[in-house]
Amino acid sequence: MASGIRDKVAILGMGCARFGERWDADADGLMVEAFNEAIADAGIDVSEIGAAWLGVGFDGVSVGPSGIPLSMALRLPNIAVTKVENYCASGTESFRGAVYAVASGACDIALAMGVEKLKDTGYGGLPVRSRGIVSDMIGVSGSAPGNFAQIASAYRAKHNVTPELLKRAIAHVSVKSHANGAKNPKAHLRKPITEEQCLNAPMIAEPLGLFDCCGVSDGAACAIVTTPEIARALGKTDLVTVKALQLSVSNGWEMQGAGWDGSYFHTTRIAAARAYQEAGITDPRKQISLMEVHDCFSITELVTMEDLGVSAEGGAVKDVLDGVFDADGAIPCQIDGGLKCFGHPIGASGLRMLYENYLQLLGRAGDRQRKQQPIFGLTHNLGGMPTQNVSSVAIVGLADA
Amino acid sequence: MVGIIAVGAYVPRLRLQRQAVAAANGWFNSALKGLGKGERAMANWDEDAITMAVEAGRDGLEGYDRGRLAKVILASTSQVFADRQNAGVVKEALNLDDSVGTMDVAGSQRAATSALLDALYAAKGGAGEILCIASERRHPAPASEQEMTGCDAAAAVLVGAGEVAADFLGGHSVSIDFVDHFRADDSEFDYNWEARFVRDEGYARIAPAAVKAGLVKAGVTVANVDYFIMGAPMKGVNDAVAKAVGVKPEAVVEPLAAVMGDAGAAQPLIMLAKVLENAPAGQIVVVVGFGQGCDVLVFKTTAKVGGAVRGMGVSGWLARGKPETNYIKYLFFNNLLALDRGMRAEADQKTSLTSLYRNRKAVLALVGGKCSKTGTVQFPKSEISVNQNDRAQGTQEDYPLADRTAKILTYTADNLSYNPDPPGYYGAVEFDEGGRITMDFGDVEADDVFVGAQMRMMFRIKAVDEMRGFVKYFWKAVPDYRAKAQAALAAE
Repeated sequence: MASGIRDKVAILGMGCARFGERWDADADGLMVEAFNEAIADAGIDVSEIGAAWLGVGFDGVSVGPSGIPLSMALRLPNIAVTKVENYCASGTESFRGAVYAVASGACDIALAMGVEKLKDTGYGGLPVRSRGIVSDMIGVSGSAPGNFAQIASAYRAKHNVTPELLKRAIAHVSVKSHANGAKNPKAHLRKPITEEQCLNAPMIAEPLGLFDCCGVSDGAACAIVTTPEIARALGKTDLVTVKALQLSVSNGWEMQGAGWDGSYFHTTRIAAARAYQEAGITDPRKQISLMEVHDCFSITELVTMEDLGVSAEGGAVKDVLDGVFDADGAIPCQIDGGLKCFGHPIGASGLRMLYENYLQLLGRAGDRQRKQQPIFGLTHNLGGMPTQNVSSVAIVGLADA
Repeated sequence: MVGIIAVGAYVPRLRLQRQAVAAANGWFNSALKGLGKGERAMANWDEDAITMAVEAGRDGLEGYDRGRLAKVILASTSQVFADRQNAGVVKEALNLDDSVGTMDVAGSQRAATSALLDALYAAKGGAGEILCIASERRHPAPASEQEMTGCDAAAAVLVGAGEVAADFLGGHSVSIDFVDHFRADDSEFDYNWEARFVRDEGYARIAPAAVKAGLVKAGVTVANVDYFIMGAPMKGVNDAVAKAVGVKPEAVVEPLAAVMGDAGAAQPLIMLAKVLENAPAGQIVVVVGFGQGCDVLVFKTTAKVGGAVRGMGVSGWLARGKPETNYIKYLFFNNLLALDRGMRAEADQKTSLTSLYRNRKAVLALVGGKCSKTGTVQFPKSEISVNQNDRAQGTQEDYPLADRTAKILTYTADNLSYNPDPPGYYGAVEFDEGGRITMDFGDVEADDVFVGAQMRMMFRIKAVDEMRGFVKYFWKAVPDYRAKAQAALAAE
């Protein structure tokens, strides 16, 4: 029986570039910005890094193939650098590589970098791309909002929720994230919005309007990890350790099989159950202090509350409208603005979420710091589309939690 | 006996209102104002001669054992590919056995009648049962008279020996290089000569003589002709030819000008399919095709004629119409107007021909798999079953899904991704007999799309690779039109 990752690896330092429309920066500049903060935080020299992972979602526009772009940007000392791509879980995937390397004893200190340079395509939204030759013949070449919007249609039908009520609930999700993003100096979108603005915004993919969709941003985020022992030896006192790191990948059941009703994310439920077990969490609604979930679209965040087990099935609409996930609610979700407003540079997002939980756990989150000391912070990524996706759940916490 | 076993048709759902065309172009060509009445069938952006042929073929083969079919012929003057057999694509879409023969016929407004004539002769000679399809997506110049009178539509005639619905009594052809119009291989539009010349020197002189000769060959007295099908779009021409031959005026079949338009080479076959919907037994039906000569086919309906139309038929498709008043949309759908499509339309649509060949049954015929062990249905087939409880390997047998109904499981209306007719509707559909696909929806309005809505599959253009001139086909889910069309017909 595998013993899991709990408390085997500590975060030594983290950094995050300012997200947004970074007309001023290429991918390497964004990576250096995140790295400079992370290595200063870690208090080590670059020569101490044993291996590195680079997470990128759209390598065609961002950096191109291989781990070389990271090695070149940071002028790493010819160490092993591996590029990973796993849709929107790419950033968490790079973290997983680094954490596993340290946990295995293969190296003492490892680096995870996520980067995305999305604003060089000339148009808004994510780049149009192929999903492979066969998929191009028989699949739908829909947009990300179009793919995720479908969850809403099935959710309404299953739970007998009127379109108006669901639209208002998902509007609340976005209003809350805009309010949070306004307090975050590194966030892409920093203007609060009203529910009315949200409800009346142009329709992108029924029922998702403009404000139901997250920002498409440039950005990079970086983590440097090591063992708790080395971290302490380097003088760190407050340690944030990895409690759980789980990934679940669709095998085609939702898309091609029978039984999935289209109203939830099958993989998130699996990844969450495994992560709670790994972290020793039995009642997530009570035990999780903060959540950074994959709110690529407002409906995704709402449904994810149920998939993570913090809301009962069919209960997320009420919880959202009751403010359970607001910054001052029982379990804040996206206290940094989330994908919605911090922004969503695909490959960086998983690490950006970890960055926020890391700051919050250490009391370094500035204006948006949660007053009540957080214990466990959860991050969640969802890559792909409801029918076919990669879902990751990571939980970090203070070493003694 | 050799003759017609069954007929089918397809008329696209959109009906361009001629008043809208007249309003747009009347300033330029005032003669169009007088033509601004009624409606004409207009292909959607994702339809062409091949997709409409497939639908007409499915309509004609309704309830028929496709294993009996020996050959498919596609006649059209708007064939999609100059060199890639168009009938071959239709054959794949109809999921026919590879031993079924295929042939394209083109080059003249007579293409369909000539193809049908040859199919009947071949059937007489023992060639087996032949599906003769005529399909046209016409491309008239904007502000031309042809734009008003023409239309897009298709028909299919299944011929063979045995207990047929209409006996083939005989046929006749004359070939004369009478050039009333022409279109060079690399030209976009027809070049039309003066209408009076076409009418007086063409139809009036060539057709009557040919029809008379045809009737003699068929052993039919002109007075006994019950249905005279010619389909010339010019006013009065059909009546004039009938009169010149001596056919009684009431036998002249109305060419659907007001409700559909002139589908070019396909028109005589569409009218034939329409006639066989209601024709009693023992009636003489004359079909005339005109273009660089004339084809004449003479049939006599039998006691089986009531079974000739088993699908929607011309009337069923006509009843499914949706008025379209947006002439700009017509122009755009027909590549006659370059709208700013945005960068998302720039995505490369290249098809890997190797992969298409390997996956041709899935892509072109919507054939999925059924596990011989567990009965699990899935699309597409895969080496290991999608069944979560039994990873049976190598057990999947071909399972055609194209003719099975499905219900919407999830959906959206997408305004972001490029679609020539936004928003793009798509979602997951679940087949009533198992299996599910996430696919594009076609021919839909907002009200048609809801969880649980009954859908039917249609063969459509998925995308066009404009860089290389290749058309990508796949199936789309469309609202199941059959019950609605039947209700509309019953109400008439």
